Amino acid sequence: MDFLNALVALTNYIIIPASTYGAQLALGALGVTLIYGILRFSNFAHGDTMAFGTGLAIIVTWGLQAMGVSLGPLPTAMLALPFAIAGTAVLVLVTDRLVYAHYRRVKAKPVTLVMVSVGVMFVMNAVTRFMIGVDDIKFADGARFVISARGFKEATGLAEPLAFRTTQLLTLVTAAIMVAALFWFLNRTRTGKSMRAFSDNEDLALLSGINPNQVVRVTWIIAAGLAVTAGTLYGLDKSFKAFNYFHLLLPIFAAAILGGLGSPLGAIAGGFIIAFSEVGVTYAWKKVATYMIPGFEAEGLLQLLSTEYKFAVSFVILIAVLLFKPTGLFKGKAV
Amino acid sequence: MKKMLLTTTAALLVAGSAMAEDVKIGVSLAFTGPLESMAPHMAAGAELAMKEVTESGKLLGGVTVVPVRGDTTCIDAAAATATAERLITVEGVKGIVGGMCSGETGAQLENVAMPNGMVMISPSATSPALTSKEDNGLFFRTAPSDARQSEVMADIILEKGISSVAVTYTNNDYGKGLADAFEAAYTAKGGKVTINAPHEDGKADYAAEIGALAAAGGDALVVAGYVDQGGSAIIRGALDQGAFSTFVLPDGMVGAKLEENFGSEIDGSFGQLPDSMGDGKAKFAAMADGFDPTGAYSGEAYDAAALIMLAMQAAGTTDANVYKDKVMDVANAPGEPILPGELGKALELLAAGQDIDYQGASSVELIGPGESAGTFREIEMKDGKVDTVGYR
Repeated sequence: MDFLNALVALTNYIIIPASTYGAQLALGALGVTLIYGILRFSNFAHGDTMAFGTGLAIIVTWGLQAMGVSLGPLPTAMLALPFAIAGTAVLVLVTDRLVYAHYRRVKAKPVTLVMVSVGVMFVMNAVTRFMIGVDDIKFADGARFVISARGFKEATGLAEPLAFRTTQLLTLVTAAIMVAALFWFLNRTRTGKSMRAFSDNEDLALLSGINPNQVVRVTWIIAAGLAVTAGTLYGLDKSFKAFNYFHLLLPIFAAAILGGLGSPLGAIAGGFIIAFSEVGVTYAWKKVATYMIPGFEAEGLLQLLSTEYKFAVSFVILIAVLLFKPTGLFKGKAV
Repeated sequence: MKKMLLTTTAALLVAGSAMAEDVKIGVSLAFTGPLESMAPHMAAGAELAMKEVTESGKLLGGVTVVPVRGDTTCIDAAAATATAERLITVEGVKGIVGGMCSGETGAQLENVAMPNGMVMISPSATSPALTSKEDNGLFFRTAPSDARQSEVMADIILEKGISSVAVTYTNNDYGKGLADAFEAAYTAKGGKVTINAPHEDGKADYAAEIGALAAAGGDALVVAGYVDQGGSAIIRGALDQGAFSTFVLPDGMVGAKLEENFGSEIDGSFGQLPDSMGDGKAKFAAMADGFDPTGAYSGEAYDAAALIMLAMQAAGTTDANVYKDKVMDVANAPGEPILPGELGKALELLAAGQDIDYQGASSVELIGPGESAGTFREIEMKDGKVDTVGYR
């Protein structure tokens, strides 16, 4: 019984939340890493692209709700997602045409492009605030829980609660589908292969007749799709606030660099490593230890690090990786 | 073209000097950042007082008071300092309503207001640390220190028979000040704090914090945070994961958002916030036009602006180094009590050399080094609504 309690406590406070957060980070990091691999700069506007896309998804959700459309137990926002992705794709393509294309033409250094993306970030940030405001918005509807804390306790008679939210399940499933589709696209389709070729060696790819403009366009559209999906899932799971997406940028970049910039597999691994280390290292193991070791009464909280250091954890890992494996865990491009 | 530019510039200069009788007052609040949803209602409160005074035409023989907004960002001390610098040196304000958050307010005071001899009245900075800060008599606040609130909160919790709590606070001067003062007060009164852990606002995920709080345990969770920030996210997570069911909610957590976010899910949770009874609040609410007068610290902002202008009138000058000595006089007894909407009358009384006791929207009573004594409204969540239990 005690063993089960310990297991439930671990699942409830570490495994489920960290997996969900990890999946959200992984989707974000995939977008960053794709842009880096193909357009060769770190896109700081990614977080605000997520915010913009989520804002659109919320507006469409409101429209659908007003028309009485719903998805039953699933959030209506999932129906709005394709519209939001389309809208955001238009925005990033227009941005590319108006801003980035110029810097590609003059063959600007990557660091210039990074600074340009910081500028784009501020503009998108403002556009999002104009569009939907600065307030905290909750737009999740449908069933809240797959397993609710109280229901679980009553059904099993265990002392520890276990909760599994619909949005968490949805996040994990959607992320898995997106990742599978992305890998299929990159490995099996002509456009995907030309994107990888372009990423590996631009000159060779151009010589073999790959149309660079098409590669750039498709990259932006996929990045927009990943950003909006990640942003909407995150917004559903927590809540939407324009300000928060700006902060999401940091762990996303940590995940992408940790995994190796330019490596899709690395982005996913990085996302989960960051999420699990943030939650795991700062967890107070008192309860679990009391359950697992009979007769043991913990004095302190058995916490390795207090929670204010959780960001330090991911960055220590990041620095260690960069020192010993500068290309990241999965051999991305050197930064 | 050049000529046209010249003439326009000249016209602007002339216009500028024609408006020299205007008195500018800075409204230095966090229009962007984690409290950006609160700031507009506070600024509107302050500007309402300025409009009222201008329309009365009685301040120092009928000057026009012009508000100048500046953004302090709440979290970036350097940005707040630059804003205060701009307000004083470029705009030439004669007093500042602000800052908004405790840390940023301290930075503005230390780096700009003191060297320049400028009066600052903050409507919402509540950190106990500001009480003992050196200020040359230039700094006041119409919000009470959190040291007071901590005592009140500890009393309320113990009266409910709860003897062990977990505490989480937003990791800034406000949250840390409140949490530490509370831990001291609660422990001294015989309670036990199982963990006192910070959370960062606006962050992506709070799983780690909730895990640690749940493992530490306790009969209730004290959330010294912001309702439209991490505070709500922490409560949401704790509820969903079945970690806590009773929450203690200090001022930053009590707002319309609380009902909207949780409804009856947190029935039985309780808390307190600086708030006054009295007519001032109702009068202020009736005057409000185009903003939410019940928004946190909106009334305090009105009062802060009013105090600056009344002190100017009492001193007969807009020189901050002179009128700073009058702020306490106009705020406290003896004198004719002044409520919102009566600023014109107050100016008249002051001009006639009589005393006033400014009450305003928040029953202002300045104590110690110039901070509000504060009465607190005790609240409890009942049927999904914030229910007032009483005042203490």
